[in-house]
Amino acid sequence: MTARTLFDKIWDAHVVVRRDDGLCLLYIDRHYFHEGSFHAFNQIAARGLRIRRPDLTFGFGDHYAPTTGRSVAEVRDAEIRGIIGTFEKNVAAHHLTAFRLADPDQGIVHVAAPELGLTLPGMTVVCGDSHTSSHGALGALAFGIGASEVAHVFATQTIWQAKPAQMRVRFEGTPAPGVTAKDMVLALIARIGTGGAIGHAVEFAGEAIRALPVEGRLTICNMTIEAGARTGMVAPDEETFAWLAGRRYAPGAPDPRWRELFSDPSARFDSEVVVDTAALAPMATWGTSPEEGAPITGRVPRAADAPDATRAAAWARSLDYMGLQGGEAFADIPLDLVFLGSCTNARLPDLRAAAEVLKGRRVTVPMLVSPGSETVRRQAEAEGLDRIFTEAGAEWRHAGCSLCAAMNGDIVGPRQRCASTSNRNFPGRQGREARTHLVSPETAAASAVAGRLIPAGAL
Amino acid sequence: MEPVTRFQGLAAPLALDNVDTDQIIPARFLRKPRDADYQRWLFHDLRFAPDGSALPDFVLNRPPFDAATILVAGRNFGVGSSREAAVYALQAFGIRAVIAESFGDIHYSNALKNGLLPIRLPPGRVAALRAAAEGGQLRLTVDLERQVVVSPDGTEDAFAIPAFARDCLLRGLDEIGLTLTHLPEIEAFEASRAA
Repeated sequence: MTARTLFDKIWDAHVVVRRDDGLCLLYIDRHYFHEGSFHAFNQIAARGLRIRRPDLTFGFGDHYAPTTGRSVAEVRDAEIRGIIGTFEKNVAAHHLTAFRLADPDQGIVHVAAPELGLTLPGMTVVCGDSHTSSHGALGALAFGIGASEVAHVFATQTIWQAKPAQMRVRFEGTPAPGVTAKDMVLALIARIGTGGAIGHAVEFAGEAIRALPVEGRLTICNMTIEAGARTGMVAPDEETFAWLAGRRYAPGAPDPRWRELFSDPSARFDSEVVVDTAALAPMATWGTSPEEGAPITGRVPRAADAPDATRAAAWARSLDYMGLQGGEAFADIPLDLVFLGSCTNARLPDLRAAAEVLKGRRVTVPMLVSPGSETVRRQAEAEGLDRIFTEAGAEWRHAGCSLCAAMNGDIVGPRQRCASTSNRNFPGRQGREARTHLVSPETAAASAVAGRLIPAGAL
Repeated sequence: MEPVTRFQGLAAPLALDNVDTDQIIPARFLRKPRDADYQRWLFHDLRFAPDGSALPDFVLNRPPFDAATILVAGRNFGVGSSREAAVYALQAFGIRAVIAESFGDIHYSNALKNGLLPIRLPPGRVAALRAAAEGGQLRLTVDLERQVVVSPDGTEDAFAIPAFARDCLLRGLDEIGLTLTHLPEIEAFEASRAA
C-alpha cells in the first residue's frame, strides 16, 4: 500500500462517493453549530428539509453569549436577544442537543466540544466557523464551512470536497522559556503569510509539537486558518489519549484504530516548512493582518522595511490604522485594554499561565478575562485563579466569544488599543477603529501590569 | 438557483490585499436579517463614516463604480471568518464576480455556492485589469462556459472554476438535491460503519 499522510487516512475512511474529477462526498462525524448558523436553518426550513443526523449535530451558544451574566433577559440589545432566541427555537424544532447559555457545559464551541470529548481522533468535524481547524489538534480532520455547506451537512450529513494540497509544518527544537504555542503559530504566520497555506491541509509535527499539551496544540491548529488553510492537524499520541480519558462523550479506553493515525514515514507532502523553535521569541502583532507580527522584544517595523512596494503600501496603511509610526519599541506602546479569552487562548493552562504572571501584582489598564467554557471557569475557580485575577484588578467574566468576535456587546472603542489573546487583528474586528495586538496569555498578563506591550520575562 | 453563464459588467478596482471578511461585512451586522437593502452592510466601515455619511474616497461610493458588478481586488481576498454573509452583501450590492490573485478558501467556496464567481488570475493580469478599471470605463465580459474574462480590446484571460461547481452554476442545479440522489450510497456508508 502506498504511504499515506494522516490527512489521507482520515479522508479515505470518509469517502462516500468519488467522482471522476476527484471531487469526493465525505461523511461527517460531528457537526457543530452556533447562533450564527441561522442562515443555514433558514435554508433547510425554506425547502422543508429535516436534519438527517440530529444525533451527530451539537449546538453551542457562544458568539452572542453575554459574559456578564447567564440570563438572556439581561441582554440589552434586542437583536442579540433575538439571535439567541432563534438559536433556541431551532434547537427545539429539530430536537437537537445544545449547550445553551445557562448550561453548565456551555462554552466556545472550539473549547467546549473537545472538552466534552465530542471531537475524537480520526473523525471528520465541521462547523460554520473558520476556527473549526482547532479540533485537528486531537487528530481529527476538521474545517470551517459556510452557511450553504452547513445546510448541506444538515440535510445529508455529507459534504463535497476537493482534496487540498498538503503541507507539513515541523516545529523542531525546544522553545525558550516564555515562548508559548501562541508565539509559535504567530511566528509561523509572520513567516509564511496569511495566504501561505491557502489551498492546503496542514499537519503540524516535530519535537516542539509533541512536547505541547493538547491545549497548546489546539491553539496552533486554531490559527491555521490565519495562515490560509482550512484544516490543521496533529497526529494523536499518548498525550491525546490521556487527555481524552474520562471525558463525557469519549470512549472509556482509546480506540485501537487511533494508534494508526499518523503520517507514514515516506508519505509525501506538497510542501514542508521547518521552524527552528529554539530561535523564537514571544510575539506580538503590530498591524491589521495576523501576518504582521514581530518579536515583542524588538521594534515595530517601518513601512520602508517592507520586502516590496505593494507590501510597503499595505504596511503603511496598517500602521496608520494602528496609530503607529513604525520603528517604536513594542515596550513603548501604551495600552488601553487587555483581553484574555477566545477559542485560541482561554483554556485552563492559558488562565494558569496568565494568573502566574499576575499573582501579587496589579493591572494598570482594564483587563477582561473570559474563560473558554463554563467548565474552565469552574476549574479555574476551584484552583483560586479567579481570585488572582480579581485581586490583580482584572474582571472575571463568563464564557463566550466575547471580545474576539465582538458580537455579544463586548467591544473595544474607537482608537482604543487592546492586547488580546484572540486570533484576528483585522480592522474593526474588536470594534470600529479598535486597535488589536495579538499576544499570548503570559504576554497579555504582563502587558496589563505594565500598561505597555511587554513579555512576561520583562516584568 | 438561477443559472450563471455569461455576463458583462463594469469593473471597479479595489487595490487592497488581505481584504478579510470582517472588512467585507463587520461582525456587528451579522445579526441583521437578509433583507432587500442588505447591501448597506457591504464594506460598511470602509464606505461610511461613523456618522453614517458616505466616504467619498471609497471606490464603490464614486460614480460610476457604484454601479460596478465586477470587483478587481488584490491577493487573499476574503480571508478570515467563514461568514457567508460576506457573499450575500457583495451580491446585494450587485457584484457578480470578484477577480483576485487568490481567495480565502472558505470564502471561495461560499461564493461558488451562491453564484458569485471568484476568478483567480495571475498577479500581473490582476494588476493590469485593476489599472485599466481605474478610468471607470472597463466593461468586462465574464464567460463561465468558456472560463474566460474578455476585455473590451478582445484580450482573453482564462480562469478555472472546479468542474462540479461550474456544472452546478451553468445548469442552476441545486447541490443538496443532487447529493440526495446519492442517498443509497450515504445509507450504505452508514450501515457499513455501524456493522
